[in-house]
Amino acid sequence: MAVTDAAPIVTRRVGLAESWTLKSYLDNGGYAGLRKALTMSPEQITQEVITSNLLGRGGAGFEAGKKWSMLRQAQPVYLVVNGDESEPATFKDHMLIECDPHQLIEGVVICAYAIGAAQAFIYVRGEFALGLERVQAALNEAYAHGAVGKGIFGSGFDLDVVVHPGAGAYICGEETALIESLEGKRGFPRIKPPFFPAAIGLYGAPTVVNNVETLSNLPWIVENGGASFAALGEGRSTGTRIFSLSGHVNRPGNYEVEMSKTTFRDLVEHYGQGVRLDRQVKAFIPGGASAPWFGPDQLDMPLSQEQVGAAGSMLGSGAVTIMDDTTCMVRAAWRITRFFHRESCGQCTPCREGSGWVEKIMRRIEEGAGREEDLDLLLDVCDNIAPGLSWPPQQTTICVLGPSIPSSVVSGIRMFRDEFLLHIKEGACPHG
Amino acid sequence: MARLTPENVTRARETIALYPQTRSALIPLLHLAQEQDGWLTPDGIGHVAELLDLTPAEVYGTASFYDMFFTEPVGKHLVSICTNIACLLNGGYELLEHAEQSLGVKAGATTPDGEFTLEEVECIALCGNAPCLAVNWRFFGDVTPTRFDELAAGLRAGQLAEEVPPHGTLNRVWRTVGLVAGVPAEGRVAVQDAPAVAEAEPPADTVKDQRGQREPADEQATEDAAAEADAVEGSDEGAAE
Ligand SMILES: Cc1cc2nc3c(=O)[nH]c(=O)nc-3n(C[C@H](O)[C@H](O)[C@H](O)COP(=O)(O)O)c2cc1C
Ligand code: SF4
Ligand code: FES
Repeated sequence: MAVTDAAPIVTRRVGLAESWTLKSYLDNGGYAGLRKALTMSPEQITQEVITSNLLGRGGAGFEAGKKWSMLRQAQPVYLVVNGDESEPATFKDHMLIECDPHQLIEGVVICAYAIGAAQAFIYVRGEFALGLERVQAALNEAYAHGAVGKGIFGSGFDLDVVVHPGAGAYICGEETALIESLEGKRGFPRIKPPFFPAAIGLYGAPTVVNNVETLSNLPWIVENGGASFAALGEGRSTGTRIFSLSGHVNRPGNYEVEMSKTTFRDLVEHYGQGVRLDRQVKAFIPGGASAPWFGPDQLDMPLSQEQVGAAGSMLGSGAVTIMDDTTCMVRAAWRITRFFHRESCGQCTPCREGSGWVEKIMRRIEEGAGREEDLDLLLDVCDNIAPGLSWPPQQTTICVLGPSIPSSVVSGIRMFRDEFLLHIKEGACPHG
Repeated sequence: MARLTPENVTRARETIALYPQTRSALIPLLHLAQEQDGWLTPDGIGHVAELLDLTPAEVYGTASFYDMFFTEPVGKHLVSICTNIACLLNGGYELLEHAEQSLGVKAGATTPDGEFTLEEVECIALCGNAPCLAVNWRFFGDVTPTRFDELAAGLRAGQLAEEVPPHGTLNRVWRTVGLVAGVPAEGRVAVQDAPAVAEAEPPADTVKDQRGQREPADEQATEDAAAEADAVEGSDEGAAE
């Protein structure tokens, strides 16, 4: 059923009966990776992860092994798991947390062992009530099983893991905001550089922040070796990855596919079973609401971080949203802008004020009261937020939320200027 | 207008003991207070502040940053409808409109009988089953107008009490062990003997296999919930292999 021969890695237990229980996990090979890891040295594990070239699955796509190697040498070290998944159209961590919490916990213990963490925190988006229950139940089981706690599996390695709920704030997915939130504060991102979490993170200690999917890959990588992972995919984009496919396809869902060798078209036509009602793709968002849009001519691009990056967008959080030819682009862009306006934490003027202006102007156009000059005005305001309007963006703000505001609006105007103008001239949506 | 009950104070202390620094327990404690009262009462906030050695203003100022905390009463059922991009493309706004008509209130308001508070929310990470919503943060996907009305009627009649606990209740599975790895930390409160209660197993999946299956949430087997209730007994030591 897959486009390539690569078997799924992180989703291979999803769909099994009671996949979230210890019993099911052990029946299906669970905790073998951790047992093997404990026979290796921490350096060997890090080396395997470097060899795998596992890229972070949270959005920024940074090499996991390299991140671990950059830790400041000081005690204690913390591991913080980013399970705050709230990038619009992304729903993979939600599934992994609910369906395979033991795989995540196993990945957490492996990572903690490799980096010498004193304690690990699994920050789960507060809205994921079932997810919180599943991870906590799995963690209780893992303690009782000896996979977490004192003398893990009879080794000399001790680790406590704590499940920590969020409380509803998109910005807390940004790693330094996540740390602030975990410290019991408002989720205000910290200025970085100079102080990345690897140097000054939780409670000022060196900290690794990794995404749920990133860590869920570790048991397989340790068991099968980094080279087996690197043998999948191509270039820097190795292994398999979950893509959350949404929008106007017949079968939206999470699909784990081989990177670089699978294309956006495969996602839409093969996995998604085509655009609904046999319509045409008008545009698509390749990597979550923060990403600049692509047109149908880019459907044959492989799911490769480098190639999508070179084409001026990003794979981001792995969320691919398909918009068919009945979609009102003004409305789509407006809705995404409104999201950023609502979620701006308010620390930086360009983001706080800019998002408000862009949202207001977009709404005016959407509601039929737009003016022709509005398009240039929008580009101008966006240019103040992210000078040059390129991707990756120039940053005038503390975090990347600000420069993500222009993505949808600028894509919309560049790709569909006529439609925007028609919207303005007719004072209504040409799509009815 | 309640302070935390003695039982919840015990829970709060156990939670605080899990963190190297006390203030980290702020969000978990606010969830606890909201679980107890359905919203954050001034007394609840004051008590959380006391337990964390903070001022009520500090706690309030942090709580107000987060969308899930309510400092005013909410309906029995908080209905959160997503209208973000994937839902917008699949009828999210039409669903919201229908819900407004059906419940007779606008988004942001509570029905006069106190049953429902309706809100429009950002992406709830169920985009493969758009349009979708959550009730007290229990998720429902592929919600048609008809299914919405059935759901609302079921909630009103108290038929979904098991699946959808009262507002504020997030995690019904309590941690069975304190910290055992023995990491010394300044100011860490001694871990009280954690209650070795076997909590009810979390309910069955609302989404099940999200790999492309559009499974209506209400068809999920509830038998899943029965199994495994006794498998999570923990000990303070964490069983060795
Ligand atoms: C505004 C914003 C929101 C983010 N949201 C998330 C998120 O929900 N989940 C996540 O894993 N990473 C998110 N990130 C990326 C994190 O900052 C960080 O790069 C990531 O957690 C690192 O883990 P990884 O290297 O394993 O991907 C976000 C970044 C920004 C700027
Ligand atoms: S860019 Fe926006 S969200 Fe990020 S820190 Fe600045 S104001 Fe906050
Ligand atoms: S866009 Fe509605 S759940 Fe994600």
